[in-house]
Order: sequence, then C-alpha cells, then structure tokens
Amino acid sequence: MNSVIIENISKSYGDVLAVDDVSLTIEKGEIFGFIGPDGAGKTSLFRMLTTLLIPDKGNATVEGFDIVKDYKKIRSAVGYMPGRFSLYQDLTVEENLHFFAAVFGTTIQENYNLIKDIYVMLEPFKNRKAGKLSGGMKQKLALCCALIHKPKILFLDEPTTGVDPVSRNEFWDMLGNLRKEGITIVVSTPYMDEANKCDRIALMQKGKIMETDYLKNIISRFPRKLFAVKSDGMFVLLNELREYQFANSVFSFGDSLHYSDSRENVTKDNILEYLNTKNHGNISIEEIEPNIEDCFMDLMSK
Amino acid sequence: MRTILIILRKEFKQIFRNRAMIPLIFFLPVIQLLILSNAATYEIKNIKFNVVDYDQSHFSRELISKFTASNYFVLNDVSFSVENSEESFKKNQSKLIIHIPKDFEKNFMSAGMSEVQLVINAEDGSAAGIVNNYANNIIHQFNIDMGIESSAKFDPVPAININYSNWYNPELNYKTYMVPGILVVLVTMIGAFLSGMNVVKEKEIGTIEQLNVTPIKKYQFIIGKLMPFWIIGIGELAFGLLLGLIVFKIPLLGNPLIIFMLASVYLVVVLGMGLLISTLTDTQQQAMFIAWFILVLFILMGGVFTPIESMPDWAQRIAYFNPIAQFNRAMRMIMLKGSGFNDVLPTLYFFIAYASVMMSLAVWRYKKTE
Repeated sequence: MNSVIIENISKSYGDVLAVDDVSLTIEKGEIFGFIGPDGAGKTSLFRMLTTLLIPDKGNATVEGFDIVKDYKKIRSAVGYMPGRFSLYQDLTVEENLHFFAAVFGTTIQENYNLIKDIYVMLEPFKNRKAGKLSGGMKQKLALCCALIHKPKILFLDEPTTGVDPVSRNEFWDMLGNLRKEGITIVVSTPYMDEANKCDRIALMQKGKIMETDYLKNIISRFPRKLFAVKSDGMFVLLNELREYQFANSVFSFGDSLHYSDSRENVTKDNILEYLNTKNHGNISIEEIEPNIEDCFMDLMSK
Repeated sequence: MRTILIILRKEFKQIFRNRAMIPLIFFLPVIQLLILSNAATYEIKNIKFNVVDYDQSHFSRELISKFTASNYFVLNDVSFSVENSEESFKKNQSKLIIHIPKDFEKNFMSAGMSEVQLVINAEDGSAAGIVNNYANNIIHQFNIDMGIESSAKFDPVPAININYSNWYNPELNYKTYMVPGILVVLVTMIGAFLSGMNVVKEKEIGTIEQLNVTPIKKYQFIIGKLMPFWIIGIGELAFGLLLGLIVFKIPLLGNPLIIFMLASVYLVVVLGMGLLISTLTDTQQQAMFIAWFILVLFILMGGVFTPIESMPDWAQRIAYFNPIAQFNRAMRMIMLKGSGFNDVLPTLYFFIAYASVMMSLAVWRYKKTE
C-alpha cells in the first residue's frame, strides 16, 4: 500500500523552478526522508503535499486523496510541522495543544496515548508560554500539535534544523516510536547523517530527485573504490590528488580526504606510489565504504 | 459555529494577554477624551497684538482700550513704525497689528467715517480667520458706541439690530461638540488598526501555515479574527459614551440604541477596511503604516476637527464617501439634536452598502492572496 503517490509534479516561482518533474511513491508506515541542501525544493514539495500550494503540473495523492480536488479530506488526514515554529507563542503549551485538538474536533484525552511519550517531557512546562520554550521543547510541542488529531501521515519539514544533537537523537527516537503506531512519516532534512535514521530516502538537488531507495542500496551503487587519504600537508595533498591523472573526485571530509579513483582495479599501493613522488610525510591510505555524503557528491557531479 | 467559538476564545486570550492591549482599550479613550475635548476648541484667547498709533487721540486710545478690555486680546507693544511691528510677527510675538492713521478722530467726527488697518499674521489660516472675526466684532461695537457719542451731530441712522441664538448648543460649548466626534475616531481606530494587525500577525508569525492545514474554513477564520474587535469596539463606544455623559456632562438627547445600531454596522465597514489592509501586507508594521495613512486622511476630512462645510466643493464630495464623516454627523445629530431613527436612516443604508462592498472586496482579495 502506498501512502503518497507523486506523478510528474512541478512548481515554479516566476523563473525559478523549485520542483522539477518529481515522481515517487511513499509506502504506508515507513519513514521516508527527503535529503538535500537548502533550496533543493523540499519545502515546496511538502507544501504541495499538505495542500498549501497548488502544483503547476502533475498530480499527487496522499492517503488516496487528490491534493487539489480532495484537499479538505487531506487536511484531516495529515499532520504537518512547518520548518518554522508556527504555534502561538503567546499561548501556553497546554492552550496550544487544546486549540489544535479543538479545531480538529477532538480532545487531548482522546488521543493522549499517541502523544503520551512526548507530552510527559513537556508536562512540567505546560503553563509556560510556547515562545518561552527552548528549541528542543518547541519542536516537541509542535510534534504534539501535529499529532493530536491522530493523522495517518506526518509531514515534518526540517524538524531538526537548529536543534542540539541530543535533542535531535531524542527526536528521531520519538519518530521511531510513532512509526510503530503505523503512522507514515515523511521528513526532510539537510543533514546527510540523518539518512540512516530513515527507511528510504530521496536525494534532492535543484528541484530534482537524484535517487530514491533504501540507504544501503544507494551506497551499494557507488560505482568506484573510495579511499581515505591523510598526510602532514593536507592542503597540498588535496591539490596534488586532484592533479592525479586517475583521480575521479577528491573532497575533504573531516580530518581526511575522500578520494575516488577512475580505475576499476586500483589498490592503495597505486596511490601511495604516486604520492611518494611528491614530498609528503606520514601518508596514510585506507580503502573505505562510501557514506551517504559521498553518494550525494557523486550524484551531484553527474 | 463551534469552530468560530474556538477561534474566538483563542483570540480573546491572546488579546488580553497582549501587554499593550489593556491600556490601549481602557486608557486610550479616557486620555483622548480628556485631552482632545479640552484642547481641540476653536476659541483663541490672549491674542497678542501691536499698535501703531499715528493719531494719538481720544478716539484711538478708546479703540485700543476696547481691544485690551476684551478677554481675547493682550497688548504686546506700541510703536510708531509699522516696520518695527512687523518684526514682532517674525519673532512670533504677536498675531495682529492695529494701524491707526493720522486724523483718525478728525475724519470720524467730520466725515462720520474713518479708516483703521488690521494686519493679521495669517501663517495659520484658520487662526487668522478667528482673529479677524474677533477684531471686527470689537470694531463694530466701537462704531456703535462712538456713533452714539457723536449722534448729537448726525441724524440717527436707522439700522437692523440682529439678535441670534445658538440652537442645540446654546453656550457654544466645544466639548459638547467634540466628544461625539472623538468617540467616532476612537471606534474607528480600534476597528481598523487592531483588526488588520491581528489578521496579519498570523501571517507574520507563520501560524497561518499551521492553521491552513486544519479543517478551519476561511469564513470561520475571518469571523473569528474580526469578531473580537467588533465586540471591543462596541464596548469601547459604550465606555466612552458613559465617560462623556458622566465626566463631561454631554447631552444625549436621542436614543442611545440608535447610536449602537449605527455603530454595529459602521464597525463592519471599518473591520472590512482592516481586513482589506491585512490582505495587502505581510507584516504588522506594514499594516499599521497603511492603516495610519488612510485613517489620517479619513479623520482629517471627517469633520471632527474642522467643519466639512469649509472644505472646497470637490473635497466635500469626497467627504461624502468618508464613513467617519457620516458617522460623525449622525452621532452629533443623535446626541445634540435628538434625531430619531428615520433621520439617520440614510446613514444606515449608506453603512450597509459600504460594509457589503468593503467586506466583499476584502474577502475576494483574501482568497486571491492564498
């Protein structure tokens, strides 16, 4: 069963093509991540799927409802958490929750079991105004408000942007628990390292989907051998590796350089040989498994 | 209906939690009524004047003493040079120069006619008009007095004596006249400023994004957002009216129910204006600037502080479409003259038409911007 079916959807703002002919499906009950840098078109896509924006071309269904024709039905079926904190800052935690429960014609008690795990963390602050909460708490409240009407599918637009690493992990754990309740979760993030928290991901760049699959499948499709290279003079090393005739790509990554070679049967000795002709001390070369970022870089350069 | 109630409850919570709101709602009317009704009068007192007296006669001294004896004029300086006196204009020391030429008394006695020149500082046109009026009255009185004194020489001149009485405000009490107008301004400000800002706020803070994915319908949102200010506006009017009756002893000859009936439709006009402004703007600041710009025009052309009758013809035509002018006139009619329902019926029709146009325009624009 599919929760979301997108067919050739496009949206442009004037001359800027924000979403460019996107097609994909999201299965019921999975955590699906849209991963891409700022301006990749993630928010525009989310806004179309939550009926806030009408696509220029193509169509899509969410939980079987057309996003243009059946927008009213979608609004009761989805929970949406915009990237920007969009609750009433001058209302308390409890009042915000009450308000959103009420407009959906439900009560906090009715769906309490769904938000219980999150709400217990908020409960000590329930009489505090939402504007006075910390970033992590705001995000938890926003999630509670998006969940209070027991949606079938959740759209979370960059929920972890601007949140500290501990809260980020906590947040992903909460999403994991919600998934067990059978709620489909669609999330967007600019952080590559959050890809492994999702079941399937779509890599997005300049309005286009570059790849959609399970993370491990995307990684297994990385076409070349990859090495982590280190030496005493990293900056010189970067330039010299880029000048190497067999070099495919060289990116600095943490404290090492990720180097991919265009030859099929390359070994680390081949590279060592080349580097020994230059003046480098403490050279270390290691063959490594590519990570999501390597894949993203590779797909981008195509 | 239930959804509207939910929104209303939320709105009232937010409004009364806003620190600026309570003072705005309760102190604004008191302060406006106290200050404006006392300050905004058409009366000018202690007008400083200079005298250039080339005649130095009994008559000229008598004329000057008529001026100084009145409550309105204070002698600033006496000199023999018009140029010197003009200096005092530039220094803002006087508003009026009375220039009495030589042979003032002689001409009066022999020819029964004489001349005196009044030079008025007309920097402020309306003030100059008032000074001119006062001065003419004094000279007119002087003419009569002196005419009697010298009547031995002349045949009495037959004249029509004018008696007049001021209806509806016999003592020409400016507060009686100002308070209804200020109440109109007050209600308008509450309606146009606060409502527009309240709608834009959802856009500015981003909460509209969250609201739009809920089953709340557009009309429920609009009613829920505007209704609080309708209620506050009516409450404000009642509060201001009571204040006027108790503190300023303003007469209320007509039926207050007619006032509230008009106000209830009038507020819809103003709220529609606020909503329209909110659809044209993205931030509360922008909304406030536009509302301010429009309201200043409406208030200044609304006949509250300056009579509409003194405007040029084209401006009077524009003023006809100014809801403030209409409501202001109706308020004064009801409060001071005791006009009844039938007398203000045209105003009511006007408001109903205006409200329909304004609201349709605002709702149409509101849909378009979504």
